[in-house]
Amino acid sequence: MSISAGVRPKSPTERMLAGNAWLVYAFFYAPILVLIVFSFNENNNVGIWTEPSLRWYRDVLANDAVMSAIRVSLIVAAISTVVSTILGTMTALSLERFRYRGRRAFDGLVYLPIIIPDVTMAVMLLLFFAQSFQWLDAALGWRPSFGIATISLSHIAFNISFVAVVVRARLGQLDARLEEAAADLYATRWQAFRRVTFPLIAPGVVGGALLALTLSLDDVVVTSFVAGPGSTTLPVYVFGLVRRGVTPLINAVSTLMLVASMVLIAISLGFQRTSRSRVAIREQELEPN
Amino acid sequence: MNGMRRAAIALMALMLVLTACGDDSGGEVQAADCNVGEIDRTTLNFYNWSDYMDPDLIEAFETEYGVDVVESFYESNEAMLSQLQSGVVYDLVVPSDYMIKIMIDENLLFQLDKDALVNYGNLAEDFRTQPYDPNGDFSVAYQYGTTGLGVNLEAVGEDFVESWALIFDPEITQHFAGGVSVLDDPRETMGAALEYLGYSLNDTDMSHLEEATQLIQDAKAHIATFDSDQYSENLALGEVAVAHGYSGNMIVDIGSADNPENFVYILPEEGATLWIDNMAIPTTSAAPCTAHAFIDFLLDAENGAQLTNWNYYGSPNEAATPFIEQEVVDFYADTADANLEVIEDQGDYEINYTDGLARAKG
Repeated sequence: MSISAGVRPKSPTERMLAGNAWLVYAFFYAPILVLIVFSFNENNNVGIWTEPSLRWYRDVLANDAVMSAIRVSLIVAAISTVVSTILGTMTALSLERFRYRGRRAFDGLVYLPIIIPDVTMAVMLLLFFAQSFQWLDAALGWRPSFGIATISLSHIAFNISFVAVVVRARLGQLDARLEEAAADLYATRWQAFRRVTFPLIAPGVVGGALLALTLSLDDVVVTSFVAGPGSTTLPVYVFGLVRRGVTPLINAVSTLMLVASMVLIAISLGFQRTSRSRVAIREQELEPN
Repeated sequence: MNGMRRAAIALMALMLVLTACGDDSGGEVQAADCNVGEIDRTTLNFYNWSDYMDPDLIEAFETEYGVDVVESFYESNEAMLSQLQSGVVYDLVVPSDYMIKIMIDENLLFQLDKDALVNYGNLAEDFRTQPYDPNGDFSVAYQYGTTGLGVNLEAVGEDFVESWALIFDPEITQHFAGGVSVLDDPRETMGAALEYLGYSLNDTDMSHLEEATQLIQDAKAHIATFDSDQYSENLALGEVAVAHGYSGNMIVDIGSADNPENFVYILPEEGATLWIDNMAIPTTSAAPCTAHAFIDFLLDAENGAQLTNWNYYGSPNEAATPFIEQEVVDFYADTADANLEVIEDQGDYEINYTDGLARAKG
């Protein structure tokens, strides 16, 4: 319970810190605010305000190329988020809870996709796909084509690491004795995971999933290398648009993306709150009267 | 575009060249053999820059030829090149000038069958051959643009010399309120300085480059900003008197200014940059003849005009001129008489332009 917060008069240091915090927020959010405001601008020019209008939003909805890019981006983001969250969580669990041969090496390798530059990752993946498709063609006479599948696989490849790191941080804080206690009470491994470990690391898993989603929706370099016919994603399309100068169309698209990600974050926060209150209720039930 | 990132991508692309499946390099030139209007496959994978092609033209082509055009977009020549080298199947691509040369050298392009292009004669003579494709065998110009100066007549006056002196001569620039804006691009900016000094923008003499660096350094006091994104807006808003920049952005922002007649776009008499994007057919194409049909479709006078009226770039299609909006025709009118050069890829020497500009900016 928080009782005393805000009652006590603030010291000058606290005031300065608060002021600094507001400046930082302004620095982060003012550009976004400008972007949103100017997405409702009638003018062709991003910098000149004429009058409010929904013109650019109509343009976005009428633009088949943009709509198709949004669709591809969402499909790729959904697939790569789900798969990388599952695999990333499993990776974190294996590194944190189990001992096996090669664990140390694996531990180091997991961080590789985070450390190496995007371009390197992009070219490696491209070469990997090209080479394996060639072998598949030679062995089975079947040549897969580049497209949504290759983009999704690539995003999964780098997202696993990010999810694993986030989940592992959460797992590190978790007292291993809780799981031992569950085992003492005849819980199987799976039950212990399902009832004890997972609810406790859930915020980490959700956080990892959100990070994966954002990185996937954001990626330009890797995607533009491993894409195929008809699979242009939104960031790649938008990056190409900038070559012709920035138009308010980009503001409108970005605003839509922003709203979409805010909705997702709100949903995940809601999910975390309900899961937390469920844990709280269970704790109350367990308390001896 | 971010120079570091471009350099990194170019480097990786180069590595890819060295490592990618070496079995088909060094082979012979593949020549396409198509009949007029022949459709060898009813799907055409078209790989283009974002927002560069009128969707109505695509639809018209689809209806006329019964073809399904699948559009994909790229944001750098280098990413497109790497994709083609890895065997991703595209039937028609739109690389920039210097990239055409690289692709020809890599044997990545079909030699076009000009007999299948009945509208080829519509292409302006100047655009049929260029240093990057000396006989015009592999590419057909799609659209072009120039790099020049946008001038605010109120700030500069009606009477001025059409010269790079407008951004480089302190005697002139000191009188401009707000100063001038210069591109933050090594090849363009060092190129402009080299042209002003009487050299070619593709000059590779270190002492000339040193002069150019000195020139920019001396002009710096009145250069308000080195900027490649907002220059045309800043010009239209009256914040700078002269802006160095690309024709494509100039035409849009001058056109949407409150008083468009107050601005002109000029090509300095010493010489300026010309860039050309070109249609080309990769050797991995599964539909080279359908691609020929599409190229021929765009070479049609009215279709070529429709393309330019949609994206506002210069049209290499001479026969299209009567159908192009007067505003666009006027804007690009002096291109033919100007002294223009295409930026050529200088390989290892490229880093010196980057270095020169970095030192000039200090």
